[in-house]
Amino acid sequence: MKPAPFKYACPGSVDEALALLQVGGDEAKVLAGGQSFVPLLNLRMASVESIVDLNRLDDLAYIKRDNDTLCIGAMTRHRQIEVSDEVRAAQPLLCRAAAEVGHLAIRNRGTIGGSLVHADPAAEWPLVAAALDAQFVLRSQDNSRTIAAREFFLAPLMTAIEPHEILCEVRFPVAPAGAVWGFQELCRRPGDFAIVAIACQLTLDAGGTCSAVSLAIGGAHSTPLYVAEVEPILIGSQGDAAVMTAAAEKAAAAVDPSGDVHGSADYRRRMVKVLTQRALKEAWDKAAKSERVLQ
Amino acid sequence: MAETQFAESQTIRVRVNGQEYEREVPVRRLLADFIRHDLGLTATHLGCEHGVCGACTIIMDGESVRSCLLFAVQADGAELRTLEGLADGDEMHPLQQAFWDNHALQCGFCTSGFLMSAVDLLNKNPQPSEEEIRHGLSGNLCRCTGYANIVKAVQAVAEQSQS
Repeated sequence: MKPAPFKYACPGSVDEALALLQVGGDEAKVLAGGQSFVPLLNLRMASVESIVDLNRLDDLAYIKRDNDTLCIGAMTRHRQIEVSDEVRAAQPLLCRAAAEVGHLAIRNRGTIGGSLVHADPAAEWPLVAAALDAQFVLRSQDNSRTIAAREFFLAPLMTAIEPHEILCEVRFPVAPAGAVWGFQELCRRPGDFAIVAIACQLTLDAGGTCSAVSLAIGGAHSTPLYVAEVEPILIGSQGDAAVMTAAAEKAAAAVDPSGDVHGSADYRRRMVKVLTQRALKEAWDKAAKSERVLQ
Repeated sequence: MAETQFAESQTIRVRVNGQEYEREVPVRRLLADFIRHDLGLTATHLGCEHGVCGACTIIMDGESVRSCLLFAVQADGAELRTLEGLADGDEMHPLQQAFWDNHALQCGFCTSGFLMSAVDLLNKNPQPSEEEIRHGLSGNLCRCTGYANIVKAVQAVAEQSQS
């Protein structure tokens, strides 16, 4: 299996990359870590006229905190996020999600930006980006814009990015004081894409009462799905089982899953309920064990 | 601003197992094919050629990567380590010896990928638990052994390094 012929350029700066994308026109594609794109090329499920490789753009590989925002360069590798003390302190859910991306060799090479733009609805980064209300900084030659993760994903492998744009930075809100999180993923083998995955962040007061919640679902919808409907149920509650069940039922009602060889649509919907209950319990259990984010 | 142009072939320099190579390659040449066909280093195996089986795992600049998911041009300037670079002359690498001692291979097709993945795993976590070993090697497929002896072999090396 060999990719069909293409032309290739490996620019040394973002400006140069953007210029090359303009030259390449609609038939040019950006290559980030290549852990999803290169298989498509090898299988000839995709072919392109030209490739702009971002792998020498070290200025897109960084993790830095700017007050209440954690800024991650789009070419930051999954593994760098997984083991970053700065990320663990600011938004530990990201380290947990990063550890579930593919396998070690894939995490060494794959990038957060590549995964987000690839937009597999069962992938970890789109899920946590939707759950945490991340913002994406997109640049083109003559424009820079910021778009919310919750508006970015349009359909499986379809996003709001334009052909001449590059995703440069991902901005996550730092976990507020009192935040706890839950992350549950169901897959057949470690490293596989999720059949269903849930990510949530809750803000709890000292007594364990919920004052804010955000929850998203992966793998059970055409895009990662942020579920606002659980908020009125969970806010003000103390995490008793009946409330978590009610929220999980709301989550299951929100998805429109499709079935495949790994699980039917009905199975996925049921797993949304089960995993939402577990994710919420995981979050409240963290509070009970005093594993709260203290900023 | 340097003017980078689109190209259809490119001359690259890589260091593989300590030896320098310079070759002109078509830009679509996969790194795995470059290693096998251009350099003649055939210990790196190709199973699925789309990043699922892990047989083509090598070490690039100190980290395990799948060489079927990289283009050779992306390795320009890189330091690569393949299975050929694991043994020290006639002296097998401790992981190779442990695979031998524990009968951690049958047909051997997947073995070089497992060894290179295990090198990176132990490099990052010298004392892994059985679960961590299984997790760390989950990106490599073996159709013969059932994995039990592969896990045992890696455990044996981890225990050696402890003592």
